[in-house]
Amino acid sequence: MGLRVALFITCYNDTLFPETGKAVVKLLERLGHTVEFPAGQTCCGQMHWNTGYQAEALPLVGRFVEQFRNAEAVVVPSSSCVAMMRDHYPKMAEEIGDKRLAAEVAELLPRVYEFSEFLTKRLELEDVGAYYPHRVAYHASCHGLRNLGLGDGPMRLLRSVKGIDLVEIDHMEQCCGFGGTFAVKNADVSSAMLAEKVTAVLNTKAEACTACDNSCLMHIQGALHRQRTGVRTVHLAEILAGVEETAQ
Amino acid sequence: MATETDKVVDSSAAREEILRRIRAANASAADAVRTEQDWNAIERNYRREATRSHDEVLDLLEDRLRDYDAHVVRTAAVDDVAAAVAKMLSERGHKRLAIPEGFDAAWLPAGFDFAVDQGLSAVELDGFDGVMTGATLAIAETGSVVLQNVAGQGRRAVTLVPDYHLCLVRAADVVETVPEAMKRLQATAELPTTFFSGPSATADIEMTRIKGVHGPRFLDVILLT
Amino acid sequence: MSTTADNMLDPKTSPTFPIAARGMLGDTQLRKNVRHATEVIQNKRARVVAEMPDWQQLRESGRQIREHAMANLDHYLEEFERNCTRAGGKVHWARDGEEAKRIVTALVKASGSDEVIKVKSMTTEEIHLNVALEAAGVHAYETDLAELIIQLGNDQPSHIVVPALHKNRQQIREIFQREMNLPELGDKPQDLADAARRFLREKFLRVKTAVSGANFLIAETGGVCIVESEGNGRMCLTLPETLITIAGIDKVLPRFEDLEVMLQLLPRSATGERMNPYNSIWTGVHEGDGPRSFHVVLMDNARTDVLADREGRQTLNCIRCGACQNACPVYRQTGGHAYGSVYAGPIGAILTPQLQQMHHAQSLPYASSLCGACYEVCPVKINIPEVLIHLRNKVVVQKGFSAEAVAMKAMAAIFRSERRFRAAQRLGRVAEAPLVRKDGQGGGWIEWLPGLLGGWTQVRDLQEMPKETFRDWWEKRESRGN
Repeated sequence: MGLRVALFITCYNDTLFPETGKAVVKLLERLGHTVEFPAGQTCCGQMHWNTGYQAEALPLVGRFVEQFRNAEAVVVPSSSCVAMMRDHYPKMAEEIGDKRLAAEVAELLPRVYEFSEFLTKRLELEDVGAYYPHRVAYHASCHGLRNLGLGDGPMRLLRSVKGIDLVEIDHMEQCCGFGGTFAVKNADVSSAMLAEKVTAVLNTKAEACTACDNSCLMHIQGALHRQRTGVRTVHLAEILAGVEETAQ
Repeated sequence: MATETDKVVDSSAAREEILRRIRAANASAADAVRTEQDWNAIERNYRREATRSHDEVLDLLEDRLRDYDAHVVRTAAVDDVAAAVAKMLSERGHKRLAIPEGFDAAWLPAGFDFAVDQGLSAVELDGFDGVMTGATLAIAETGSVVLQNVAGQGRRAVTLVPDYHLCLVRAADVVETVPEAMKRLQATAELPTTFFSGPSATADIEMTRIKGVHGPRFLDVILLT
Repeated sequence: MSTTADNMLDPKTSPTFPIAARGMLGDTQLRKNVRHATEVIQNKRARVVAEMPDWQQLRESGRQIREHAMANLDHYLEEFERNCTRAGGKVHWARDGEEAKRIVTALVKASGSDEVIKVKSMTTEEIHLNVALEAAGVHAYETDLAELIIQLGNDQPSHIVVPALHKNRQQIREIFQREMNLPELGDKPQDLADAARRFLREKFLRVKTAVSGANFLIAETGGVCIVESEGNGRMCLTLPETLITIAGIDKVLPRFEDLEVMLQLLPRSATGERMNPYNSIWTGVHEGDGPRSFHVVLMDNARTDVLADREGRQTLNCIRCGACQNACPVYRQTGGHAYGSVYAGPIGAILTPQLQQMHHAQSLPYASSLCGACYEVCPVKINIPEVLIHLRNKVVVQKGFSAEAVAMKAMAAIFRSERRFRAAQRLGRVAEAPLVRKDGQGGGWIEWLPGLLGGWTQVRDLQEMPKETFRDWWEKRESRGN
């Protein structure tokens, strides 16, 4: 039975990584589900909340609820955004002082999934019929790993991909150094952390590095490209959406 | 026990101020009855009792002590204790040891020089080959031996200054876990108490573990079963 | 061999984290030492934690015990004072570091000694006690090996548990050769430890007064517990005539039984051992065993301010294990000195600004990528990322107007409206156009960004914004009837 899945694309995916959104749509439709896209969606508020601008982030809670309250399931191709909502929306609603909003948040959140956990936990799938004949290294994004407890879910999905040559990087669970505004406010340390991550990726001779978060990937790609390494990044959804006919 | 320092500092004003701040921060003063109830309500779902048989516990203790490079021997018969002590000391090449007051004389072999500590100075203690004591208890999981200031175990300096410590532990005094140990120590919790888990060590230099900075560099155990 | 005020780690005067970190990042020896040390302890910790089937239960109990202690702090401090005094100890109270220093100095003087031997204590580092003692003509000998290295090297601690981890053996040998007058000294760790042993033994057997910190103050019994590895603590706690113990008021534990949790959490988290070599527990004064005169100085120094902050107070749960420092990917790159405070790493990032009542060290809450590795290893479950975010909010509110605040408010307005959001997306594409360089494959990249965003392009390229956003694509698809 196909689900009606509402896609929360996230502000940065919408603007910078539309291919990831397209891949999510393609895959979910291939699996027999219907995708909806509430047009009024913008941002979960993470950047403001994490940088210390809490008052500015509060209005976005109600906005999210308003856009998605009727969804059967909400899928989000970004684990940090889901962590933001799971970890902070309940008490943000409390802070706003709106009891009805707080109740709606509590009711909606269990239906909100990060993309990989939607596949492994809600749909209980590991093999989604994907084909991706490349050597790929996986980076475990911090929020997915520690806040959402994704565990080995993403790796299990990747292992089931036909044709893939999946490699493990050293210190897979170590932060890549993005950290939102940290990448800019503490650019030196951010790049030192990034250097270790890039070294780990290059050591595997992978063609591409993947993760559940384009925030990490944008940061890793930034260095891979600057250093002219010839290695690219690709979001998990784009790997899983690949099928034999469209193989590149 | 009044000393000159009684007159030196009067921090009663500071005391009142700090307590006032705490009560303001907690939005109320603690109430003794409620405090006790709240303490009793603390969840304790960790292991509080042994999960292994006593034989396994003794084996585990030996294992963990050997991890610390301690020599460990067991001796069953009461008469063999002195002999076991003699053997242990000979292996280590020690002749002159300090012992605490109340140490069981039946455990002392002939042919060695034992001096009862009745207020030896630190410098004098420094001159012995080592010290021998009993123990209050041992914790198998962590390989720890616990001493208190009681007969047969002595004051703290005695097991601190000499370079070698031979400890006699009764099998009945060996527990598996730290919680069991604390329970047994509760009745004498106010006595000077020392936990020993291996010899003195440091890892401050490049994380290389080195033994014996201060305190005995060698710790041996005789387990009385 | 004196401690000077010049190189004190003082949050009031330290450079901001981004600036200090940049300096540290250039020290390749430091980075190698820090990486090595943190990896070693992390691995040891992982091994001994994996042995414990009830580790998570211990953490939860640890958290509850500490929170309960803080929630009833007045009760337990009074109980501790009563019991310690009954056993022959003297308890003093200090509202801040200055008062604590005055009291300790007075007590040392009254003991008739112009030297003290010290057991490692972060609390004494926090208030720069040695400088105050020196000014009063009292010389303090650090007896913890790492603190000795720091003291002789005129340096500052960079880690809570392994304060000299930023030094390698050659650096240590140089310091010892010079300060202990041992020109022939080798650099094997055993040689260095032996040199320290001989150097200090003479002091242990001679000096009459000792100063220590405390790991735990036990309210129920009036006892004090010190957890250590080397034996220098035991030396200082038993051989001198006078012992002065200074402890933050947050060191209190309700009952003796609570040690069963702490003595499992602390050694495994701090040094990756099942149990550290020595734990000493003593209560007041005991005839014939240890000092004849025993004092405890209970110090506030802004801890009550932290306590008053509903979200910040969990910081006081800390049992100073240092596991967060070992797990932190930021600390791994910079070491401790970059934090400009004796409390560094994740705990430093939340404790230091709060102890400064948010007047200083405002850059520290931002010295984190919020990865959560610290929270994962904290034995008392301090949600450090949550406190960091909370403190960031305090910093922003305190700062008020800034270029960043203006930009953030503008972004917030954009996110509150679909129309404005789409307009901003289009505007972004227009604005970036002059900065885009095309590569041979049809892709466009930005290699330089101005102003606040410049930090990105320092080491990273940024791909140009796609011509079509996801929602543009979706709308086209929908209008085509899918």
